Amino acid sequence: MKHEVFEKNSILLLVCALIVVSIGGIVQIAPLFWVDSTIEKVKGMRPYTPLELAGRDIYVREGCYACHSQMIRTLKDEVERYGHYSLAAESMYDHPFQWGSKRTGPDLARVGGKYSDQWHAEHLLNPRGIVPESIMPSYPWLKEAKLDPSRAAEGLKVMRAMGVPYTDEMIAHAAKDLSGQSRPDSDDAAGVAGRYPKIKVSDFDGKPDDVTELDAVIAYLQMLGTLVDFAIFDASGPNLR
Amino acid sequence: MQDTSVEWRAFMDAMAAGVAVLCTAIGIVYGFGSPDPAMSFHGFVFAAGSIAACAFIIPSMFEGARDTELYFDGPIRFTVIAAVFWGIAGFFIGDVIAWQLAFPQLNLDLPWTSFGRLRPLHTSAVIFAFGGNVLIGTSFYVVQRTCHARMPGKWLPWFVVAGYNLFIVIAGTGYLLGVTEGKEYAEPEWYADIWLTIIWVAYLGVFLGTIMRRKEPHIYVANWFYLGFIVTVAMLHIVNNLAIPVSWWGTKSYVIYSGVQDAMTQWWYGHNAVGFFLTAGFLGIMYYFLPKRAERPIYSYRLSIVHFWSLIFLYIWAGPHHLHYTALPDWAQTLGATFSIMLWMPSWGGMINGLMTLSGAWDKLRTDPVLRLLAISVAFYGMSTFEGPLMSIRTVNSLSHYTDWTIGHVHSGALGWVAMISFGAIYCLVPWLWNRRALYSMKLVEWHFWVSTIGIVLYITSMWVAGIMQGLMWRAYDKLGLLSYSFVETVEAMHPYYIIRAVGGALFVIGSFIMAYNVWRTARGDVPRDAHDQPRVAAAPALRVQAAE
Repeated sequence: MKHEVFEKNSILLLVCALIVVSIGGIVQIAPLFWVDSTIEKVKGMRPYTPLELAGRDIYVREGCYACHSQMIRTLKDEVERYGHYSLAAESMYDHPFQWGSKRTGPDLARVGGKYSDQWHAEHLLNPRGIVPESIMPSYPWLKEAKLDPSRAAEGLKVMRAMGVPYTDEMIAHAAKDLSGQSRPDSDDAAGVAGRYPKIKVSDFDGKPDDVTELDAVIAYLQMLGTLVDFAIFDASGPNLR
Repeated sequence: MQDTSVEWRAFMDAMAAGVAVLCTAIGIVYGFGSPDPAMSFHGFVFAAGSIAACAFIIPSMFEGARDTELYFDGPIRFTVIAAVFWGIAGFFIGDVIAWQLAFPQLNLDLPWTSFGRLRPLHTSAVIFAFGGNVLIGTSFYVVQRTCHARMPGKWLPWFVVAGYNLFIVIAGTGYLLGVTEGKEYAEPEWYADIWLTIIWVAYLGVFLGTIMRRKEPHIYVANWFYLGFIVTVAMLHIVNNLAIPVSWWGTKSYVIYSGVQDAMTQWWYGHNAVGFFLTAGFLGIMYYFLPKRAERPIYSYRLSIVHFWSLIFLYIWAGPHHLHYTALPDWAQTLGATFSIMLWMPSWGGMINGLMTLSGAWDKLRTDPVLRLLAISVAFYGMSTFEGPLMSIRTVNSLSHYTDWTIGHVHSGALGWVAMISFGAIYCLVPWLWNRRALYSMKLVEWHFWVSTIGIVLYITSMWVAGIMQGLMWRAYDKLGLLSYSFVETVEAMHPYYIIRAVGGALFVIGSFIMAYNVWRTARGDVPRDAHDQPRVAAAPALRVQAAE
């Protein structure tokens, strides 16, 4: 036993410890970037619209992930309660992922379309007004905070640099798309609906004149889990799961 | 030692002053220049911290004083005070959010008091602020004593401790303002991450530099664990936080990973924040303070070698057990569970090595509550490192995941192991560092011990019941084959347990106030009330020798 070698040489101890702790991460993380079956090939995934992305930023800002997961596990009761189990492909454009680790509130992976916009608006402003037993905080400030459309393109550009397929056209129209999605009667509404398939254009917060943080959060919640059409999804496709 | 030459000291003063002035300038530029109010605020905070540093550094350049003492303890005293402060803050915020879950009106309908923003403040305050200061402080103490060498540099150790706490302030105020990367336990934004990276490199430099100056041929076992913790945390922090800022003048950034790769990277980081920050580092504390306080040698040298290498090798694989039944490929989930179960062995090897160190000194547990804190922490370590592998088994995890069982498990480790061993180390360190004959009051340590222990028991048992109950309710079916409970019915059922948990947490907070009072009275130099009840080892080393003579 010659452990003495390490005990007498600090650099050797340091380097060997670093090698020993590197192995696990390399084996577990690196293959996920090049093994094709990691992310299923599915139809329907698209980047977030500027309004949805703004909503997602607010979701992150308020720490919603501390209480809500966005990952339906492959368990019978979860699939019955929340819908089809989550696919890796469904979070492929999520920087960062929001799978969560705790369900103080229910899973939100497929909350999109389950409730009306008005339900969400009232629920976010006063959860106990709708669900008396709820322990969710109220978010009254979302209704007052207006979004700045001129900043909308910045986030999209960073996302594109990281591989999210935003087109030049999407980036150029980011500001108009941001407000257009929450103003169904405006000229910009058709533009954003044309650029992003299967989006919901609606006056989410019930205040037609302003684009608020409440609009953005509801737009985000209403699209969660709606992109992949599970009527045509083939789970027996080529993946290892 | 070259530290004492006039030229070298002048050079170090000039370097330190230069860095402080540069940081002040950067802070002011961001303070006035950033259009983002949160970034502007952080610019001013950074500038204020740097100006305070200038105020310390510049006057000392004109004093000819030399460091005559063998050990460099000023920065360690700083971390002890910081740890006590952040401990109270972190436990208190934790208890506030515990009450919020029982009574949601306590969210106050304000952005900066809502659960989602306070929760990362709680986790960061206890893990990184309280735990981090304990780790930096004890590692500086242990490495100097076991190497018989002074830390290098006149300002570098100060830079590490003050800079680290500045990082905490920036990260913590950021959460309240909604500045977050959105990855659990890695919430600080890109600029705070860069600052922490700089601090961490300096920390490694100080620690390794002290080891290199050692007068002992062998590096003591506690230092292996500290070194393993420092290097691994550097690796985890840098890899997990790689992000692109939306603007160099704003707080917001997006991490470069997405979806399943981000999930894997995050839990590789997250679980090893537990494995290395909260385990390997604190095992360093165990390997020094437990034998020191018990005045017994480590039980087995061979076991400590096996413990060290197997622990650091196995821990890093355990992350995927946070992602069972998710969209992470099965092969990764299986690897994670397998290594998590194997991890039980080195964990218990370490526990046995710690507890058996008390051989021949078991009677001291009756009379010395400080030793009892150190010992019970190792017992809690054993308990939670048994529970962890159990929960990483897929079928158990299918029940426990997403429930409060996980929260209970984390707290049996965080309160029972991390906090209790920290309290023990702080009670050891205060008389040693402030050169006192004894702690102000052993009776108060006794109170702290029992109040905290009862608090922990209330906390973990209520969360076991609540978590398992909620998991079972989620999967319960009625006779018709339909789900028995709506989600909100399971939320309602949690209410009494949330109250019990919050009461347990309140006891823990009270305990931390008792400690703060005792630490303050000891450091101030008040005459101990019960010095005759305290073991010889409670006294500062210099006074201990005197007493023996």
